[in-house]
Amino acid sequence: MNILIRLLPLVLVIALGVVLYRGLSLNPQELPSALIGKSMPAFSLTTLNDEKRLVTKNALVGDIVLINVWATWCPTCKYEHPYLLDIALNPQVKLYGLNYKDERSAALQWLKNYKDPYQFSIFDEDGLLGVKLGVFGAPETFVLDHHGIIRKRFAGAIDTRIWRKEFEPLIKQLIIEQQQGNS
Amino acid sequence: MRLKIFQLTLILAVLVVSNLANNSYASPVETFAFTDEVTKIRFQALSKELRCPKCQNQNLADSNSTVASALRLDLYNLLVEGKSDKEIVDLMVARYGEFVLYRPRVSSITYVLWFGPALLILLGVIVVIVILRKKPLAKAELSLTAEQQQKLNQLLVANDTDIAADDSSSSNTSSTTSLSTATSNNKE
Repeated sequence: MNILIRLLPLVLVIALGVVLYRGLSLNPQELPSALIGKSMPAFSLTTLNDEKRLVTKNALVGDIVLINVWATWCPTCKYEHPYLLDIALNPQVKLYGLNYKDERSAALQWLKNYKDPYQFSIFDEDGLLGVKLGVFGAPETFVLDHHGIIRKRFAGAIDTRIWRKEFEPLIKQLIIEQQQGNS
Repeated sequence: MRLKIFQLTLILAVLVVSNLANNSYASPVETFAFTDEVTKIRFQALSKELRCPKCQNQNLADSNSTVASALRLDLYNLLVEGKSDKEIVDLMVARYGEFVLYRPRVSSITYVLWFGPALLILLGVIVVIVILRKKPLAKAELSLTAEQQQKLNQLLVANDTDIAADDSSSSNTSSTTSLSTATSNNKE
C-alpha cells in the first residue's frame, strides 16, 4: 500500500506526459466545421465577371456543388489552381468560386492569366458571405448536396491525392443519394 | 514575515496595474462609426471576447488577418441591426464552433476546464491537512512503552557490566575502551 502511494506521483507525471505528448501532434488549425449538415446561408452578391449580375443561394442549389474560396492574395490558391481546372472538367460536380476579400480587377486578371475553372465566382469583397460560411482563410472548399446542404468543408489546397481521399468518396455517395431522391 | 507580505502586496499591485493597462483598446485598422456610446462599448467588448479563427492566439480586436477584419465588419453590422450580445455570440458559435469563444461556456465537455483547478486546489489542501495531522501521531509512536523501556534499561545495565569486565582485563585494545566510554557517557 505504502509503495503504491509512493509511486502515485510518478504514475501521475507519466500520465500527464502522455497527454501532453499527444497534444504535440494535434493540429490546432484543423477545426471541425460547425456548419456541416446545415443549409447554405442566404446571400445576394454580384459575380466577379459582371458587377451588375446579382446571384443568390438559388443559383447554387440543385446540383452537387463545390464552392472554392479563393483570393489573389493567397499563394496556396495558385498551387491549387491547376487541380481546379481538372475538376472543372468533371461532369459530376459544378465548381463555383467565392472570391474572398479581394479586388475585382486583380481577380479578373488572375482568371485571365491562369484560366477560369469556375461556372462563376461570387464576388465577396467584404468577406461577409465567408463569415457566414465560417471561412477562416483561403483556400477552402465546401461541398453542397443537391438540396443545398453543406456536407463538407475542406481547408487547404486540393491536389490529386486530396481529391481522391477527401472528395471522391463523398461525391459518389451524394450521387447515389441524388438518384434515390429522384426515383 | 512583514517584509514578505509587503513584497506580495507589491507583486499583486503590479499585476493589477498591468492588467488594467491591457484593457485599453487596441484599435483595428478600420474605423466604425457608432451612434451611441453603449454600442461602441459592446463592440469593443465582443471583439475582445471573440477569438480570431485564423490567428488562434489573438482576439478579433488584436488581429489584422483578413478573416478578423471581415468578422469585425460582420460584428458591427449585427450590432447596428440591433442583435443582442447573446444572439451575436450564438451566431458566431453556429458558424465557427465553440472554439471562437475565449471564455468557453459551461457544458459537460468544459466541466474539467471550469472546475478542475478548484478541485486540484481542494485536493492539495486535503493532502496538506493529512500530512500535518500525521506528525503528532508519529511522535507518539516514537516514545517507548513501559515494556520497551524496561528492556532498554536491561540492555544498558548489561552493557555496563561488560565495560567493567573489559576494564579489568588488560588484553583489551584501546579502541574498544574508548567506544565503551562513549557509550557510558551517552547513558548519562
